[in-house]
Amino acid sequence: MRVIVGVKRVVDFAIKARVKADKTGVVTEGVKHSMNPFDEIALEQGIRLKESGAVKEVIAVSCGPTACQETLRTALAMGADRAIHVPVEGAAYETLQPLAVAKIFKKLAEDNQANLVLFGKQAIDDDANQTAQLTSALLNWPQGAFAAKLSVEGGSKVKVVREIDGGLETIELNLPAVVSADLRLAEPRYASLANIMKAKKKPLDKKTPEELGVDIKPRIKTLSVEEPPVRKAGIKVENVDGLLQKLRTEAGVTF
Amino acid sequence: MLSRVALTCARRLTQSTAASIQQQHQQPRALLSMGASAARAAAGAGSSKQQAYVSPFDERPQLTDEHRIFRDAARRFFETEVAPHHAKWEQDGMVSREVWEKAGAAGLLGTTIPVEYGGGGGDAFHAAIAVEEQLRLQLSGPGFSLHSDIIIPYILHYGSEEQKQKWIPLMCQGKAISAIGMSEPSAGSDLQGIKTTAVRDGDDYVINGSKIFISNGQMADIIVLVAKTDPSKGAHGTSLILVETDRPGFQRGRNLKKLGLKAQDTSELFFDNVRVPASNLLGKENHGFKYLMQELGTERLVIGVLSQASAEGVFADTVKYVNERQAFGKSIASFQNTKFKLAEMKTQLSVGRVFIDRCLELQNQGKLDPVAAAIAKLHAGDMLAKITDECLQLHGGYGFMWEYTAARAYADARVQRIYGGTSEIMKDIISRTL
Ligand SMILES: Cc1cc2nc3c(=O)[nH]c(=O)nc-3n(C[C@H](O)[C@H](O)[C@H](O)COP(=O)(O)OP(=O)(O)OC[C@H]3O[C@@H](n4cnc5c(N)ncnc54)[C@H](O)[C@@H]3O)c2cc1C
Repeated sequence: MRVIVGVKRVVDFAIKARVKADKTGVVTEGVKHSMNPFDEIALEQGIRLKESGAVKEVIAVSCGPTACQETLRTALAMGADRAIHVPVEGAAYETLQPLAVAKIFKKLAEDNQANLVLFGKQAIDDDANQTAQLTSALLNWPQGAFAAKLSVEGGSKVKVVREIDGGLETIELNLPAVVSADLRLAEPRYASLANIMKAKKKPLDKKTPEELGVDIKPRIKTLSVEEPPVRKAGIKVENVDGLLQKLRTEAGVTF
Repeated sequence: MLSRVALTCARRLTQSTAASIQQQHQQPRALLSMGASAARAAAGAGSSKQQAYVSPFDERPQLTDEHRIFRDAARRFFETEVAPHHAKWEQDGMVSREVWEKAGAAGLLGTTIPVEYGGGGGDAFHAAIAVEEQLRLQLSGPGFSLHSDIIIPYILHYGSEEQKQKWIPLMCQGKAISAIGMSEPSAGSDLQGIKTTAVRDGDDYVINGSKIFISNGQMADIIVLVAKTDPSKGAHGTSLILVETDRPGFQRGRNLKKLGLKAQDTSELFFDNVRVPASNLLGKENHGFKYLMQELGTERLVIGVLSQASAEGVFADTVKYVNERQAFGKSIASFQNTKFKLAEMKTQLSVGRVFIDRCLELQNQGKLDPVAAAIAKLHAGDMLAKITDECLQLHGGYGFMWEYTAARAYADARVQRIYGGTSEIMKDIISRTL
C-alpha cells in the first residue's frame, strides 16, 4: 500500500499574521514558516501506518516555492520515504487555490498508484478546508474528512472515526480513499538529528504543474484582505430589562 | 485564520505550546497588577511591530536546512516537554528522569556523537542549537549540554571500545545520566590541588575523597571522576576514572541550595573506599590532566554558547515588554533611555554572536584553541551579566518577580562567570599569550 501525504508550508502558527499594506494578502517575507500543523498530524499517521506494516511507502508532497523543500526535508526526517516538490513560484503561488492543488494531487495519486491520500483537514493560513474533499471528488474516491482515528482494515478498507457534533461517527471506506486529519488523530513526533541526517539521502523529486498537465490558473479573485475588527470593550447592564432593551434596540433581536 | 486561534487553544489543552509558554513562562504566570486581558491585548498590539527589520547578521550563514529543521524540532521539544514542568522542577531542585528519556528519544542528547554509538552524528552547530533553544527560554534545569557535549566526549575520545559500547548509547538515550567530578572543597580553580585519590589494589582502584558543586550530582548514574593516581607527581599523577553511582562506599551529599539554576541539581559527592575495576580507567593512567586541558576548551565554548542564547532570549522578551508597558501616558519603549539601552544591548549581542559562531566553525574544523574558547566564555559571561541586569531594570518591579524571565535569567546568569573556569582564570589563560 502506498500513501501520499500533502504537506503545506505555512506561516508558523505562533506568528501573529499581519495584512500587507496593499491588502492583497498577509506578510510572508521574513516571517517564520513551518509545516501546516494538521498536515504534520496527517504525516504522523501515515508514518505510523508504515511502522505498523500496513503501508509500504509514504510520499510527502508540497506545492509552492523552493522553500517548500525545507518542509519536505522535515517530512523526510520525520519518516516519509520520498518527497515530491511541485514548484509554483511568485504570483502563481499567491493565487494557487485548492482546486488546482486537488488536481495536482489527483494526478500524483494516479501516477504513483497511491491507495490512500492524506491531508490535514485545513491549512492554518487560508482555512479553506477544501483540498481533501475536492481531491476525493476529482478521483471519484470515497472520503473521510476530519479523521480522529484511522486504521487499515485488511488491506482493502480503512476505518475512520470522525468527531462530529454530538459524538463520534465511525465510517468504513473502500480503498483507494482520501482522508483528512483532525487535531487528535496523532501527536506528531520530533524529527531527531540522526533522522534529519538520514533524510538527506532520501529522494526529493520535482514535478512542475506543466509536467503533470495541470492548469493552475485561479478561479477565484481575492478582492481585499482585511484585519479582523478589534474587539471593543463590553458594557454592563443594570438588570434583565436593561438587557432586553439593548438586545431590541442595539442588537436588533426580535422576540 | 480562525483555525490559528483554535489550534493554539486546542494545543494548549493537549500539549501546551509556544502560546501557552508565553503565558506560563516567558510572561507572567500570574499577572500581578496588570489585568490578564489587558496584557493580552497589549501583547497583540506590540508584536506586530517587531518583525519589520531583518539584519543580514540575523542570518547565520553556517546554518543549513538540516540545522533549521533540527532547530524547529528542538524548539518544539523545549516548549512542550520542558517549559510546562519547569516551575515544578524548580521546587523539586531537579528535573525528572522522564524528561531525560524523552530528550533521548527525541534525539536531543549526544547530537555530535557518531551514529554508531547512538548519537546524532551532527556538528558543533547542532550541539549549539540544542542548548540555544533551551536557554533562549531560560529553561536552565536539564543538564543536557554538560552530559552531551562535555562528558560523553571524554568517553568517546579516551574510553576503550568496551566503555564506549557500554555507556554512550545509554547516555544518548537519556537512560544513563552523567556528571563530572573535578572540583573539591579545597581545589576549584587550582585543579592540580585536588586530594581525591584512586589507589591501585590488585585489579581495582580504591577511591577516597570528596567532590563539591557537581552538576547532575543527585541524578547521575555515572561519574567521570578526576582523582590522583600518583599524588607524588602533581598534575602528572592525575587520572580520569568512571565511577558507577551504585558502587558501595559512594554517597551523594544534599542537593545544594543555589542563587540560580533552581531546577538543576548540584551536589557534594563522597567516596569512602569505593572500589572500581581497573578497567574503569579512562585512557591512560596519569594522563588525566592532559585530557582535561584538551576538553576544557569545548566546555568553555558551550558556556559561551548558552550565555549568548540566554542573553538573546531575555533581550527579545524585554523588547516585547517595553513595547507593552506604559508609563506617563506612553510606552516605556519610547523613552530615550530605553531606546539607547536596547541599542547598546543589540550591538553587544550582534558582535558576540559573530564571535561565538566563528568559534563553532573552528570547533568543527578541530581548530578551536584554549585562548579563543576562553575569550568566548569571558565575553559571553560578562555580556550576559550586563544584559540581564539592564533587562531586569527595564522591567521595573516586575523584573524582580520570579514569574518573569528577566528575573530567572538574571539569577541564572551569575554562575556563568564562575563554573567551567572563572572569569579570572579565563583572563589568566588569555594574558599568558600576550
Ligand atoms: C552551579 C555550579 C555548578 C558546578 N558544576 C560543576 C561540575 O559539574 N563539576 C565540577 O567539577 N565543578 C563544578 N562546579 C565548580 C566550579 O567549576 C568551581 O566553582 C570553579 O571552578 C571555581 O572554583 P572554586 O569555587 O573553588 O573557587 P576558587 O578557586 O576558590 O576561587 C575563588 C576566587 O579566586 C579567584 N582566583 C582563583 N585563582 C586565581 C588566580 N590564579 N588568579 C586570579 N584569581 C584567582 C577566582 O576567580 C575566584 O574569584 C560548579 C560550580 C557551580 C557554582
